[in-house]
Amino acid sequence: MRVRRLAAWTALPLVVTLGLAACGSGGNGGSSGSGQDAAVSIQIAEPQHLVPTNTTETSGSQVLAGLFSPLVDYDAQNKPYEVAAKSVTPSEGNKVWTIQLKDGFTFHNGEKVTSDDYINAWNYGAYAPNGQGGSYFFEKIAGYQDLQGEKPKATTMSGLKKVDDSTFQVTLSEPYIDFKSMLGYTAFYPLPKAAFSAPGVLNDSYEQAPIGQGPFKMKGTWQHDSKLDVERYDAYPGEKPKVKAVEFRVYQQLTAAYSDLQSDNLDVLPTIPTENLSTAPTDLGDNYQTSPMSSFQFLAFPTFEKDYSKPDVRKAISMAIDRDEITKSIFKGSQQSARSFVSPVLPGYRDNTTGAAGQFNPAEAKKLYQAAGGPSKITISYNGDGGHKDWVDATCNQLKANLGVDCVGSAEPKFADLLTKVEKKQPVGLFRMGWVMDYPSMEDYLGPLYSTNGSSNYYGYSNPEFDRLVKEGSAAPTEEEAIKKYQQAEDILAKDMPVIPLRFGENVYGHSSKVKNVQMDLFQRVNLVKIEAAS
Amino acid sequence: MFRFILRRLLQMVLAFFGTTLIVYALMFAGQGDPIQALAGERPVTAAQRAYLTQKYHLDQTGVGGFFYRYLDYVKNLLQGDLGQSLTGRQIGDILQQAWPVTVRLALIALAVAIVFGVTAGVIAGIRRAGIFDNSTLVLTLLVLGIPTIVLAPLAQYFLGVKWQLFPPTAGTQPSFYALLLPGIVLGSLSLATALRLTRTSVAENLRADYVRTARSKGLVKRRIVSVHVLRNSLIPVVTFLGVELGNLMSGAIITEGVFNIPGVGFNLFRGIRTEDGPLVVGIVSVLVVVYLISNLVVDVLYAVLDPRIRYE
Repeated sequence: MRVRRLAAWTALPLVVTLGLAACGSGGNGGSSGSGQDAAVSIQIAEPQHLVPTNTTETSGSQVLAGLFSPLVDYDAQNKPYEVAAKSVTPSEGNKVWTIQLKDGFTFHNGEKVTSDDYINAWNYGAYAPNGQGGSYFFEKIAGYQDLQGEKPKATTMSGLKKVDDSTFQVTLSEPYIDFKSMLGYTAFYPLPKAAFSAPGVLNDSYEQAPIGQGPFKMKGTWQHDSKLDVERYDAYPGEKPKVKAVEFRVYQQLTAAYSDLQSDNLDVLPTIPTENLSTAPTDLGDNYQTSPMSSFQFLAFPTFEKDYSKPDVRKAISMAIDRDEITKSIFKGSQQSARSFVSPVLPGYRDNTTGAAGQFNPAEAKKLYQAAGGPSKITISYNGDGGHKDWVDATCNQLKANLGVDCVGSAEPKFADLLTKVEKKQPVGLFRMGWVMDYPSMEDYLGPLYSTNGSSNYYGYSNPEFDRLVKEGSAAPTEEEAIKKYQQAEDILAKDMPVIPLRFGENVYGHSSKVKNVQMDLFQRVNLVKIEAAS
Repeated sequence: MFRFILRRLLQMVLAFFGTTLIVYALMFAGQGDPIQALAGERPVTAAQRAYLTQKYHLDQTGVGGFFYRYLDYVKNLLQGDLGQSLTGRQIGDILQQAWPVTVRLALIALAVAIVFGVTAGVIAGIRRAGIFDNSTLVLTLLVLGIPTIVLAPLAQYFLGVKWQLFPPTAGTQPSFYALLLPGIVLGSLSLATALRLTRTSVAENLRADYVRTARSKGLVKRRIVSVHVLRNSLIPVVTFLGVELGNLMSGAIITEGVFNIPGVGFNLFRGIRTEDGPLVVGIVSVLVVVYLISNLVVDVLYAVLDPRIRYE
């Protein structure tokens, strides 16, 4: 009797296990079908949001890039060209922009796309109480300020005006030459009427199955933490995708996705994990690829601190760093050394704008450093969660050897903690920063980072001459003149060196042998229209 | 027996409130800036900050604010509402999707530990100092010495990528087969411990007086081992496995990450990384319940195995 009861107790978990386990459905493979019927899988992280005006990270933006079609996209020279827009015409002085929409675009629920859909979506995004992460993209539109604060004065921006169903006008608060480039950003997609439950109120369920006007439509709903399925939208008037469906598969860890990629269980991995960088070219062969990307890594100086207030000290530190050595030994050539303040992907980029200050010259650096009276101890702060320890330590070792100073790397748990300390002007020494552009414009690199009131100017840098040039650039009547002004502004940065440019990023990605023609754009997104099945 | 269980249940209620309060306090005391953490390395606009601060009562600061938020939380919890994570999703929904797969994974791991660990432990205990005993000792030493963070990627690389015996990751709705490898990896640590516990316990009991008595009484060896020795030897093993079930549920962070299983550990890891206080506290509260229940089961099993405990 007793024995049997005991047996029952031990058998219970077993039975439950097997029973539960048997409930599972079949596994999942990589791509299936061939040619036009193929389905491909792409790695993403769990998106935070799938509302265009609230999506500011790569994964969400990758999914939305399939579901929506932007007003403009960028060509090989990163100049904007029209996609969903028929024309984007500025007035004399670039203050009023008239946007005409192409015919034939419909939302996936059949609704015709009208200018109202853009106006409503942008007003929703800009209205502060909606708490949209991409809200600041509408800053330049007239009337944006009225939508800010806890109890905004208005619910719509005065700068948006409907002309007719396929035309609307955007009035900016100040002239801005790059507004057309800006329109390619995720935040400027339209929203269908079905997205709103009442005027200005987004339907709660919209985000679970976003309706767009792009080449792909949702298949089912967003399966959180697991995947998002989209399939070709046949009524799409633009360039048709070459595959039938795309599965965006959520991975928490890149290394897991890398294992799947190696065994052809996953088709595209947009970022090769750092751990596998050294073996990836051999593991993947021809399926290992690189392409330009817009990220920019740099070391910033707290220019408000006495130790680092002299440009000569800052230049000397820059000259003592051997960028090429670090890029090669630590990043295995997956990034490029940077000697300019804007990314090489941009129109207007010039090589080596930092001049002598960007060249590795230990002897000269030491002389300059001592003459300028640089501090005898340097700290480099970084966020410990981002894999920055190796290069920070290497940089410190170079500074120790080349300048004869003491140098330590100091890790903060998170980037947010680092920024909080910087904002409170606590002594953190030099600190690492990174920048990825939102749309291809030199202004996007110069304005937010170095203007006196720039949103990401954490180093207290202020130069009225620089501010004036950036402003004149934005207001310039032609692209060429704008670039000229921006370049003059960049020359001022080279003189003042508020930050040390270190590296420009690259897309380092891999794909399975089941797909071909995998292209990545400057925002780390796979081009979903170009990707094909390898028959 | 009934009174015994009732008493344990009442203790559970107290323990539940105590632990959630502590977890809540720790999470929110150690929190930096959750809103910035959510935005990653991007600047947060004043408008968004105001919106989130108000939504999660983050403006209620200080000791008073803490209790205000805790009581608010408990009130919702008692109504079965776990609240929203900082990304705006219902934590209840997140858990509803995460639990089934984690439970399956944990039970596979536990089954592996029981079937192989206890059996091998009994055999090793009976044939002490033999070849089987020595080789299992060396093997378990190896397994115990290798942390999961090394073992899991190794198993994945060799069995999944190189020899392709198992799928390298399990994914969303994994089949039993896809969960087998992560289950074995997860269970291997408890397997090793269970084996060693059983072995020692069996070996000790075999030397006990009552075994000698039984033997001199002329009982066959099979009956002595299966009825008398096993029953007494299982008490420490049951304690261990009961607590281990809770560990397997919460401790699968590494395994779930490596094999891309969107379970509880996976979500807990993300919550901690993004300082998503509500999500972490929500998951931990449920984990506390799991621990409490598995402890209760252990205690009841004790009482079944050893009558002296029941009549305490």
